[in-house]
Amino acid sequence: MKKYIVISSVLIFMIAFACRKDQTSHFNSFTTPSYFPATSYHFETNQITEGGFYLGKKLFYDSLLSIDNSTSCGTCHIPTSAFTHHGHDLSHGLNGTLTKRNSPAIMNLAWSNSFMWDGGIHDLDLQPISPITNPIEMGETMDHVVAKLKQQPNYKNLFLKAFGTEEITGDKLLKALSQFMLMCVSNNAKYDSVKRGQTQFTPTEQAGYNIFLQKCNACHNEPLFTDNSFRNTGLKPSILNDSGRYKITLNDRDMFTFKVPSLRNITYTAPYMHDGRFYSLDAALEHYNSQVMNMPNIDPIFRRETIPGIRLSADEKNKLIAFLKTLDDRSFVTNPMLGENYSPR
Amino acid sequence: MKYFIVLAFLSVLCSCHKQDAHVKTGGMEISFVNNAGSQKITLGNTQYINSSGETFTIGTLKYYISNIVITKTTGEKYIVPQDSCYFLIDESNASSLKPRLNIPQGNYSSLSFMVGVDSLRNTKDLSQRTGVLDPTNTAADMYWTWNSGYIFFKVEGNSAASLQTDKSYRFHIGLFGGYSSGTINNTRIVSINLSQKGNAIISSGKTSHININADILKIFNGTHVISIANSSVIMATANSADVADNYATLFSHASTINE
Repeated sequence: MKKYIVISSVLIFMIAFACRKDQTSHFNSFTTPSYFPATSYHFETNQITEGGFYLGKKLFYDSLLSIDNSTSCGTCHIPTSAFTHHGHDLSHGLNGTLTKRNSPAIMNLAWSNSFMWDGGIHDLDLQPISPITNPIEMGETMDHVVAKLKQQPNYKNLFLKAFGTEEITGDKLLKALSQFMLMCVSNNAKYDSVKRGQTQFTPTEQAGYNIFLQKCNACHNEPLFTDNSFRNTGLKPSILNDSGRYKITLNDRDMFTFKVPSLRNITYTAPYMHDGRFYSLDAALEHYNSQVMNMPNIDPIFRRETIPGIRLSADEKNKLIAFLKTLDDRSFVTNPMLGENYSPR
Repeated sequence: MKYFIVLAFLSVLCSCHKQDAHVKTGGMEISFVNNAGSQKITLGNTQYINSSGETFTIGTLKYYISNIVITKTTGEKYIVPQDSCYFLIDESNASSLKPRLNIPQGNYSSLSFMVGVDSLRNTKDLSQRTGVLDPTNTAADMYWTWNSGYIFFKVEGNSAASLQTDKSYRFHIGLFGGYSSGTINNTRIVSINLSQKGNAIISSGKTSHININADILKIFNGTHVISIANSSVIMATANSADVADNYATLFSHASTINE
């Protein structure tokens, strides 16, 4: 038995060294921070490689993925805004149209088991088909995108590096996009440094953290700051009358429920809520304090008080905001490896 | 290491089993003929009349057939393997209307299949969604991108009874029961007794042709009466289950021709 172990170890080393030849030294593959929970993504069917990641990134920022070659994934998911559409309540679509929802952040998706505000998509690999083929968003068909990529001189080589074959297919395109998105891990905010024992909160931040644990953590569960659930937070339906997850499940209990968004990078991801109706953190917090609309299926958490909501004094709000800003991860939003212009040596 | 050796043995055993030379196989072709009443349908401008007296045309007709099981007169069942049991019947594509299978020889007196795509396949990894199940290609217009899942049955056309401005009607029926929280399940199992019109006798080197009629008019009244005036668009809505109940009633055995 020992002999087998020695032989297989040697083999593994040989393979590892063989792989290393093609890799540049500064590509750090996916790792799970020690204080994060287990990932949800199926890495066993899509292992991240530098070639796959780089192809995914190239595709992410390539406007060829839209019908009129005007719009890339990165158009509405801008890295410096934690991959949201900076300053837009609803994201833009083709030809000056508007979509119906606020572009969600792309970060820590390996820990997410559903995608979109309504959770209608259950696998990250299937997610990009939706914006690419949505007539308002990118208006393409997958097979036409594949045909366009085949005409580009550089993509054959990129697919070869990513998957060992020059063949360009829809499923490989999607797997590569997943690899890029999975690498968008945000875990270097001040909060993370505190968790790692490298620094401490200021007294105000600490007070805000205490309030957070008491009043927010039930849904925006640390360290991901979402529990991936769907809840009706008593937002008055807008003129769009977006029924949220109800459209997916057709269950009355899901009426007007939306996915709990992560609070990480909160400053960079304004405006807030599924329709971007609040432009400031203060306005978002004031919603919970005084504006929760009493609907039949608002989340039970809001019913702990006589008037539904979560009471927050002005002082508490200030402290909470001080804490929430410790979730801003500057190294994530400025990470050159995730930006459009970085390429491996 | 031990486990690896056990696994290696098992996989050798399994592969032997698959290629078992003792079980001879023959061909089976299930031919779907889409009718309106007793008349074969024509896509385009031909007018048909449903049970509510509404005239309508059929522009598109596509549906998935999967999970085929055939049963011998002895009661022994043969389950068509997962990697070859998904078919997209598309009226506009003649070659899609006659799924061909390779099955162990014998005398088969009943056939069952699912209309739709089961929940397991609906949640499989992308790499296992090939051919008619590839959402980036052949299945692109039979797949909901926003509510991950296949459209099981699609029929579209025009009708003067439609309240839509373009006088269209569109039924896109999917929903496999949901991934993380339950939805309605519109897959339906259809069982067909072959014994009255002819068992399928499968023998090596030959093909048995089973002819199945699908009466599309029953989409409007198989179990529930659906009128285009009341419901000209049925997609991921509660009443999609009524259409599913109806498509479970479309199929009947016309004849079997054994070579």
